[in-house]
Amino acid sequence: MRKSYKIEVDCANCANKMEEAARKTPGVADAVVNFMTLKMNVEFEEGADAKKVMGEVRKSCKKIEDDCEIYL
Amino acid sequence: MSKKQKKMLVRILLAAAMLIGFQFIPATGWVRFVLYLVPYLVVGYDILIKAAKGIKNGQMLDENFLMAVATIGAFALAVWEQSGDYTEAIAVMLFYQIGEWFQSYAVGKSRRNISELMDIRPDYANVEKNGTLEKVDPDEVPIGTTIVVQPGEKVPIDGVVLEGESTLNTSALTGESLPREVQPGSEIISGCINQSGLLKIRTVKEFGESTVSKILDLVENASSRKSKSENFISKFARIYTPVVCLSALALAVLPPLVRLLGMGLAAEWHVWIYRALTFLVISCPCALVISIPLSFFAGIGGASKEGILIKGSNYLETLSKTNCVVFDKTGTLTQGVFEVNGIHHSRLEDKKLIEYAALAESASSHPISRSLQQAYGHKIDRSRVTDIQEISGSGVIAKVDGKEVAAGNYRLMESIGVPYMNCHKAGTIIHIAIDRQYAGHIVISDKIKPHSREAIAALKKAGVNRTVMLTGDADAVAQQVGNTLGIDEVCSQLLPAGKVDKVEEILKRHTGQGTLAFVGDGVNDAPVLSRADIGIAMGAMGSDAAIEAADVVLMDDDPLKVVKAIRISRKCLRIVYQNIAFAIGVKMICLVLGAFGAANMWLAIFADVGVMVLAVLNAIRALYVKKI
Repeated sequence: MRKSYKIEVDCANCANKMEEAARKTPGVADAVVNFMTLKMNVEFEEGADAKKVMGEVRKSCKKIEDDCEIYL
Repeated sequence: MSKKQKKMLVRILLAAAMLIGFQFIPATGWVRFVLYLVPYLVVGYDILIKAAKGIKNGQMLDENFLMAVATIGAFALAVWEQSGDYTEAIAVMLFYQIGEWFQSYAVGKSRRNISELMDIRPDYANVEKNGTLEKVDPDEVPIGTTIVVQPGEKVPIDGVVLEGESTLNTSALTGESLPREVQPGSEIISGCINQSGLLKIRTVKEFGESTVSKILDLVENASSRKSKSENFISKFARIYTPVVCLSALALAVLPPLVRLLGMGLAAEWHVWIYRALTFLVISCPCALVISIPLSFFAGIGGASKEGILIKGSNYLETLSKTNCVVFDKTGTLTQGVFEVNGIHHSRLEDKKLIEYAALAESASSHPISRSLQQAYGHKIDRSRVTDIQEISGSGVIAKVDGKEVAAGNYRLMESIGVPYMNCHKAGTIIHIAIDRQYAGHIVISDKIKPHSREAIAALKKAGVNRTVMLTGDADAVAQQVGNTLGIDEVCSQLLPAGKVDKVEEILKRHTGQGTLAFVGDGVNDAPVLSRADIGIAMGAMGSDAAIEAADVVLMDDDPLKVVKAIRISRKCLRIVYQNIAFAIGVKMICLVLGAFGAANMWLAIFADVGVMVLAVLNAIRALYVKKI
């Protein structure tokens, strides 16, 4: 399952870090952050609960870059 | 400017004014320290907070941390040396923030510019209900609804014109400025702007499946497919920042210890700490990390404005390395509009022969059968045709009025054992046999597109060293077209599957010499489009299959756009490499200078902020592609 989320982040390096953090979150098969369009495309693992997983993704992104936001 | 940007600008200006003003206040000692602390905190408090949070979350060694350590360090040095020179610390923070502000402004601006370029999203559809027009969300319009498009409005959903005549402006989709005329019965694609008359349209697709949605989706997601350069940079940044931080630490600690213990000299701690701080300021990877994706984004945006949709940064990168272009002939280099040009050796009346041919081919949608039907000129009575067998790559055998009619190329004649007459004219030859008796042939030829020749010449000039044309047509036609256009290699009489094999063969021959692009019109060549390094589909307005299979989609069918696409990609990649070389180069030089004490804080600020600003400005150049 693939989903796209709108995000808010200020610097490109932070966007890269968010991508890395999202990828490491359990339940996420792959994640791509597009800094230019401010979007995060997430591919979930089979049977993962997108809402729950995204909550975790948001938490881990906040940890590495306090200033970011993911609109769920 | 966003709210955040405005607030930051005020903070920057305030701090700068204070800094200048304080130069005239002769305060000393602690008063001076507190006084200078004010502009420092005004401009940099968020960095300090972020750095503190970063440390708490185990995310040391990011830019905030670098800036916090460098500036606090500079402050501490000024206090320790009792020089009272706090300006440097504040200036570092100030310029860092100016750089960040500029970056956010420039990125926001180009983001908006590019989205405006692609502003083809229709906001509403007019649906007639009880005699009045109602604006509804295009997402909620089911297939088969009648929608009304007034002059000046965008066509929201793909459909067929029911009533009204008008001209359509397709420039937002194709980059083509010539308007297109539509009448009742014309197919119409979403994203065009209705210019003159009121149109009633019956929708044939849902909004999500309409051309405009597909294009928007494609362009918006394009920059998510990252190129090798982008991946290189993010990996580089991941290693680079910690390495520089550790080097800075080493620079601050090791030389003084060596001097003190090994050489018996004074440690000169402050000199080395100052150098280490300079190091930290230089080290920010912002310039690289921002300018590379920005260049690609601008390049893709600029190209889409010209009617060239590139599906990803990675394809832009591959496209720029193209040095072999393989074209499909029909519909790509030629117009794919066939005309009957001659009828030879007919044992029947010419008209009768065409009638049989047109009827036999009536089930096929191939352009050749369409041209036969056109030459026939009457309505096709399908009930006269039975038992149609299509023989791929050869032709058709069908029963017409009870007679067996075979219409196709020489291969078909050979397979049914009918002797045929060769033709001296170049063109597609349709041999016809009626009840296994040769009945003559029809010559159909295709016109070369007006820009094809120019396009091939321009490709050569752009450094593409091999052009190849693939076609299923007879060798004579293919050679003639190839010679007229100046194509290096012509491969004729290929069956659809043979095209893939041929492309694979050329790929093998070409290994290690740049990439191979295949240009087709998206009809029947999806497998080849996906096999080539880069598949370019042209004339794709409304053709879903082509949009799916290709990596680059040309919205109109002008072969010159192929050259333009390659030039755009080269310009974009040139900018990317310039930025990588410039940013890494300047930083490395400044790092070396910093380590030997030849660079002060001011140079360090240039290496960080100045380089970033220049790289961003350079990246934005990729957007301007109109004249290349």
